[in-house]
Amino acid sequence: MENLIALLVAAPLVGAALLLCGGSRLDRAGHWIGSLFAVASFAIGAALFADMLGKSPEHRALHQHLYSWIPVGGFRADVAFQLDQLSMTFVLLITGVGSLIHIYSIGYMAHDDRRRRFFGYLNLFLAAMLLLVLADNYLLLYVGWEGVGLASYLLIGFWQHKPSAATAAKKAFLVNRVGDMGLSIAIMLMFTTFGTFAFGPVLASTGATSQGRLTAIGLLLLLAACGKSAQVPLQSWLGDAMEGPTPVSALIHAATMVTAGVYLITRSGAVFNAAPDAQAAVVAVGAVTLLFGAIVGCAKDDIKKALAGSTMSQIGYMIMAAGLGPIGYAFAIMHLVTHGFFKAGLFLGAGSVMHGMNDEVDMRRYGGLRRYMPVTFVTFGLGYLAIIGFPGLSGFFSKDKIIEAAFAKGGTEGWILGGAALLGAAITAFYMTRVMLMTFFGEKRWDPEEVHPHESPKVMTIPMIVLALGSVFAGALFSVNENFVRWLEPVTSFAHGHSPLSATAVTSATMVVLIIGVGIAWAMYGRRPVPATAPRGSLLTRAARRDLLQDDFNHVVLVRGGEHLTRTLVYLDHSVVDGAVNGTAATMGGLSGRLRQLQSGFVRSYAVQMLGGAAVLVAATLLMRGV
Amino acid sequence: MSSVASVHSLWTVAAEVPGRIPAPHIEYAQLSPTLIVFGAAVLGILVEALLPRRSRYYAQLALSVVALAAAFAAVIGLAAAGFGSSKAHIAAMGAIAVDGPALFLQGTILLVSLVAVFTFAERRLDPAAHHKPVDSFAAQAAAVPGGAAEQAAVKAGFTTTEVFPIVLFAIGGMLVFPAANDLLTLFIALEVFSLPLYILCALARRQRLLSQEAAVKYFLLGAFSSAFLLFGIALLYGYAGTVTYAGIAEVISDGAKQIDPALAGTMGNDALLLIGSALVLMGLLFKVGAVPFHMWTPDVYQGAPTPVTGFMAAATKVAAFGALLRLLYVVLPGMRWDWRPVMWGVAIVTMLGGAIVAITQTDIKRLLAYSSIAHAGFILAGVIATSEDGISSVLFYLGAYSFVTLGAFAVVTLVRDAGGEATHLSKWAGLGRRSPLVAAVFAVFLLAFAGIPLTSGFAGKFAVFKAAAQSGAGWLVVVGVISSAIAAFFYIRVIVLMFFSEPKPDGPTVAVPSPLTITAIAVGVAVTLVLGLAPQYFLDLAGQAGVFVR
Repeated sequence: MENLIALLVAAPLVGAALLLCGGSRLDRAGHWIGSLFAVASFAIGAALFADMLGKSPEHRALHQHLYSWIPVGGFRADVAFQLDQLSMTFVLLITGVGSLIHIYSIGYMAHDDRRRRFFGYLNLFLAAMLLLVLADNYLLLYVGWEGVGLASYLLIGFWQHKPSAATAAKKAFLVNRVGDMGLSIAIMLMFTTFGTFAFGPVLASTGATSQGRLTAIGLLLLLAACGKSAQVPLQSWLGDAMEGPTPVSALIHAATMVTAGVYLITRSGAVFNAAPDAQAAVVAVGAVTLLFGAIVGCAKDDIKKALAGSTMSQIGYMIMAAGLGPIGYAFAIMHLVTHGFFKAGLFLGAGSVMHGMNDEVDMRRYGGLRRYMPVTFVTFGLGYLAIIGFPGLSGFFSKDKIIEAAFAKGGTEGWILGGAALLGAAITAFYMTRVMLMTFFGEKRWDPEEVHPHESPKVMTIPMIVLALGSVFAGALFSVNENFVRWLEPVTSFAHGHSPLSATAVTSATMVVLIIGVGIAWAMYGRRPVPATAPRGSLLTRAARRDLLQDDFNHVVLVRGGEHLTRTLVYLDHSVVDGAVNGTAATMGGLSGRLRQLQSGFVRSYAVQMLGGAAVLVAATLLMRGV
Repeated sequence: MSSVASVHSLWTVAAEVPGRIPAPHIEYAQLSPTLIVFGAAVLGILVEALLPRRSRYYAQLALSVVALAAAFAAVIGLAAAGFGSSKAHIAAMGAIAVDGPALFLQGTILLVSLVAVFTFAERRLDPAAHHKPVDSFAAQAAAVPGGAAEQAAVKAGFTTTEVFPIVLFAIGGMLVFPAANDLLTLFIALEVFSLPLYILCALARRQRLLSQEAAVKYFLLGAFSSAFLLFGIALLYGYAGTVTYAGIAEVISDGAKQIDPALAGTMGNDALLLIGSALVLMGLLFKVGAVPFHMWTPDVYQGAPTPVTGFMAAATKVAAFGALLRLLYVVLPGMRWDWRPVMWGVAIVTMLGGAIVAITQTDIKRLLAYSSIAHAGFILAGVIATSEDGISSVLFYLGAYSFVTLGAFAVVTLVRDAGGEATHLSKWAGLGRRSPLVAAVFAVFLLAFAGIPLTSGFAGKFAVFKAAAQSGAGWLVVVGVISSAIAAFFYIRVIVLMFFSEPKPDGPTVAVPSPLTITAIAVGVAVTLVLGLAPQYFLDLAGQAGVFVR
């Protein structure tokens, strides 16, 4: 069975190669080929999953060694895969949601000339993401990590004729480089510390390593996670990344790639468990981001950017949960999976709305769309209920557990984290209700002459329906008998947290904040008509519209600072370095001109010089003996 | 007995004792590379004498190519038979060594010469004179430049096909030079390859006066240095009582065992050894073009026909460094504490001198001449290492460098204007815009000269510097790296000139060569890149060849 693991990666990789190298003769069938390879990968994943379920929990991990990649002395890097319960979860999420989004894209990209290339990039993304979660060592993981970065760059900038898309792609790439640098240094540090970077030996030997080293590695891994998962302070790229086609936002910038940071932290759990300082930093980053993203989401009128803020916030929940240690890992991954369902569904719904509204993204120009797009309305609505944590739906179970675990952290810290999580839940309810109301309810704010809203074709609605089913039932399925926790337990050690509040109390509190959030949103956007142009708003609103000034901050601190630094360096370069270099060059030139005079062209003077040279040679040789 | 009778008997007695000269035992098979080349040279003379003029070119070209290929095959055969390693020994009554370095160098010389002969035979670059294709060589070498005889010869469409046997003689001498195992053979080999080179230098079709001036300078200075060499040989004979390498080395290490009565006053006198070896070294340093014996290089490189320059710069250097290596490693290892510091000094002034003076050159051929001086310094750094790594690094460097040089000079023959080759650097401005391929190829060669990674120049330079550093001459390497940096300036300057300057309206054109020159350039590029990308195999090969037989 383990021989199938490489096929998981190979299938979409072959698809990408075919589509990107095949040329225009594949234009007509490209989308089918791309989807076929995605579904094939899912089928292999499903077969492996069935096989895994048939085994006892301790013997479920599979291992496949493909070949020795870089064997140089003591340095040994293998291309080897590890398929355990954690990887399996990701494989099913990536290939499952990935296949659905491939199918959806057939309809969404139907009128795009470069559709074949789009599917090639999507396949490339799947291959890289699968490599990331299947690698059995950090170096191979890094290859996948860079691969998804590349695919993300290519897909954000897919409509490269739009300057905004090209800029957004570049921004995403550059910001991600910062995080990637953290990962690469972390890997080097691992190699010098442990002499290897395979998961097994690294994670097994954390006990015998100095805590300082582990903290450094942990913080660098956190930096990597911040870049890829758009966490504060490297969050600024995600909003702009919405310039990419909506299926890309759904697959890469909501369901899968941006969760790679959560995977990295969960996978490296042993490192963080042994480095409490790094763990505290993880929790802090998660808590800050979950509020940060939620506040940004409240102020955005662009439906995709509102959802992007929400993604940031939800991943903040996951990161925070992962930072809580064994009481949180399983819930982080559980929320990751349910979030994969409902957020992908919400994005596909947003795409469907845009599809019917001439690519309009401003929610202030929507309104009352529920009658025109019933399927989109229902599936989006189910996703909405799931994300705000409506009882019984997926988000309810996963988010509730995280809030509970946050309180269970204990002490003041627990209260702060729990409070932040609860506050985040209230804001989530608020901004999601706002999106829902502005889009599907209220009066029409669009011009019926120009826009003719209509339901999307079946190839788009069916994936939305499937994802909606996942949003409704996944959470319950995972929570019954603690299914999910027990499934992951062999990989991500699990401990029951002991919350100062009872489970019932936490749930009730969540319900209360949920109602408050929905109520405020209803009061603001449901009862009153929504103005077609945005009001000026409070200071916080205005700041939130500008992504809480994150770009301004980056500009002032990094860009300006960088400019000043470069200017100083350029000045030093000109005055000191160039001065020395040019001075030397001038000296050499002068010397050269003078030595040239010796070459007079007269053979007699050459002969004299030779004679002199011979005399010196003889004298020097004699002198050597004399000395 | 009368005095008459006694005198008579003295005569008769002397006549009656025939000092039975034993027939020398010659291992013809082991000397076959040299013998094939010399035989072909003699045949070439017969071709000149017997064949009609119109068929001489093809006959000579075919003969040279076949002879060089056969000689190379013979070298390979000898190496395969183990003469490069286990069966290495001294042949021809102690005159010629057949060992790894000799075979490696002979193989290199033969390959380089084969490619050089292609450039000699190029007949498409110069416009045809009276509908007869001409090459780079004078119509009639003996005719006075600009005289009536010359004009008649040009009109008749003559070409100097003698260049082929002449160059074969030179090659034959070069094959013997690094294999010579006694000082007299060394001297004779030197003259055998030098005299044809003097003639070849004088044979340019264009700018004949410059060419003849170069030849005379080369000849005079060459004769001058030969005199030093011969004097050095005499002193060494006086010191050791023998001219064989092994014999001299033995006297140096163990002292003289049997004193020859005729040399009783001089044998074992260290002053003779020191002065003699210094003078012999000087003769060889002249041939490799080391400072301060380099003055001939720029003048001769500039004046000689460019194919000859390429051949000289590549093959002569290989042969001369080969002989220098053998001399230092076989004859003089016992006194390396004497010559090493001196040679360090020579290497340093050579590296720095070549690199610094090249900065202000304005003629591409002179620039390459100074570059060859600087490279001689780099190679000397490896020679002085006195280790097996030193030998193998020098062997590798010579192989790599000679193909780059040959290719670079072949490119120079392509860039022409009305007056023949356009060698002034200002005319090369913007060449990359007009002929990107030629400029790119030349850029590859320049990068290899500069020692940029992924070219053979880097691998070679790294090898010699590594060997030098391991032998304890770290500061020599520092000077070498500084010189490389200086040298990189003028190499890169040419690249900048070619690619980033506006082309001049009256600039030169790039002639379309025949497949002969294309082959020569392609081989140069291929060797440069292969040795740069995957040097290990050839380093190993040079490493296996790195032991001298004593």
